[in-house]
Amino acid sequence: MLRIPCPHCGERDATEFHYGGEAGVDYPSDPAALTDGEWAAYLFVRGNPRGWFRERWFHAAGCRLWFQVERHTVTDEVRTVREGAA
Amino acid sequence: MTVSERLPDHPAFLWREDEPKASYDVVVVGGGGHGLATAYYLAKNHGITNVAVLEKGWLAGGNMARNTTIIRSNYLWDESAGIYEHSLRLWETLEEELDTQVMFSQRGVLNLAHNLSDAREGKRRVNANQLNGLDAQWLDAQEIGKLVPILDVTDRPRHPVLGGTFQPRAGIAKHDYVAWGFARAAQALGVDIIQHCEVTGFQTSGDRVTGVSTTRGDIALGRLALSAAGHSGVLAGQLGVRLPLQSHPLQALVSELLEQVLDTVVMSNAVHVYVSQAHKGELVMGAGVDAHVGYGQRGSFHVIEEQMAAAVELFPIFARAHVLRTWAGIVDVTPDASPIIGHLPFDNAYVNCGWGTGGFKATPGVGSVFADTVAEERPHPLAAPFALDRFTTGRLIDEHGAAAVAH
Repeated sequence: MLRIPCPHCGERDATEFHYGGEAGVDYPSDPAALTDGEWAAYLFVRGNPRGWFRERWFHAAGCRLWFQVERHTVTDEVRTVREGAA
Repeated sequence: MTVSERLPDHPAFLWREDEPKASYDVVVVGGGGHGLATAYYLAKNHGITNVAVLEKGWLAGGNMARNTTIIRSNYLWDESAGIYEHSLRLWETLEEELDTQVMFSQRGVLNLAHNLSDAREGKRRVNANQLNGLDAQWLDAQEIGKLVPILDVTDRPRHPVLGGTFQPRAGIAKHDYVAWGFARAAQALGVDIIQHCEVTGFQTSGDRVTGVSTTRGDIALGRLALSAAGHSGVLAGQLGVRLPLQSHPLQALVSELLEQVLDTVVMSNAVHVYVSQAHKGELVMGAGVDAHVGYGQRGSFHVIEEQMAAAVELFPIFARAHVLRTWAGIVDVTPDASPIIGHLPFDNAYVNCGWGTGGFKATPGVGSVFADTVAEERPHPLAAPFALDRFTTGRLIDEHGAAAVAH
């Protein structure tokens, strides 16, 4: 099973976590100023790399905190772990 | 008696190994079911035969070899019913069309309802299907029990069967035979099928794509047709286009060979399992996707575990069956669970992707529609609603309700 290293609780089975998709996607600072295309990109388009991916995980069955993991999407190897959602 | 006297001759190969030429009128990237069907219909319906299908691995070794072969058209929205029913009609004559056996078996597909919300949604979908002329029916639990005697329709299961939708014309086919049939028929019309040829980049000039770089050299092209399923986002990225796709592992499995016990396809969205019994006798079951982005062609064990628990709850006699093999394919999922078919932001580049967990059933349908779109350089009417710009205009085709995880 995929194992996720929680920065607070240590490495646990992925079933303890909730997946949050790509990390670092901020809410637009001025949403009303966006074009339709920019708004679509914010709503619908996320990174989908074959390789390293910085993503969010939530430790639902543990500390119940969001954090970030840099994971390789082919090998599932985890390179870095960082506290915080953003 | 020598070995050669006892064994039959090796069957004739169904297609040649072609060498890449310097240029083609159309380059199809992806030698799976969709790519091969697209090439076939380009040649057959549109007379465009200077076509190459580039496959990075072996022919139809990706999702075409990994799906659970379910074919149906009972989708909720008009746009979906349009393209999936077009496909189902082509399935009904595909063996004659390709002059090859694909073991298309219209044994019917049941979609079970386990709670009031499922039942309301199912009845709504049956009504929508009937308005679109599809053979949709609502069956109550008793009728389902008669249709599938091994299914537990009592109130014992944790998620009891309250009823379900049934499409009698739906069914299964032998996926390998479908791919091989399209490959053979396309090649007979002049299409080149080039395996072990991975696209590593593209050449562009202004608003046009002029060629592809591959592991077997550069190839110039007149038009580009991407048909790479789970890796569509990677390829589009090489063109500088970000598609609204997330690629996930989707698992399936087969049991050992069993006596024939199930002659209907049974799907259950609520408990995430779908099952049919192949002609040979193995139970073919699919599960849900892993939540995370992944390209490893293997899935999480807990998904299989939950799927088996649900299957045994519904079919108590499955408890003693053994799993023979599990695997995963990489499925490209869009935000509205509907495909993307049409122009990329280049004059001569087109994409067919985003089929998520349900692309197999669309193979002949989207092959013909995508080929028409590429040949005529405008969206086929059945493809038009699935254009990439729907994510900007907001005209989404939300099939999550009808399709959910099981597709």
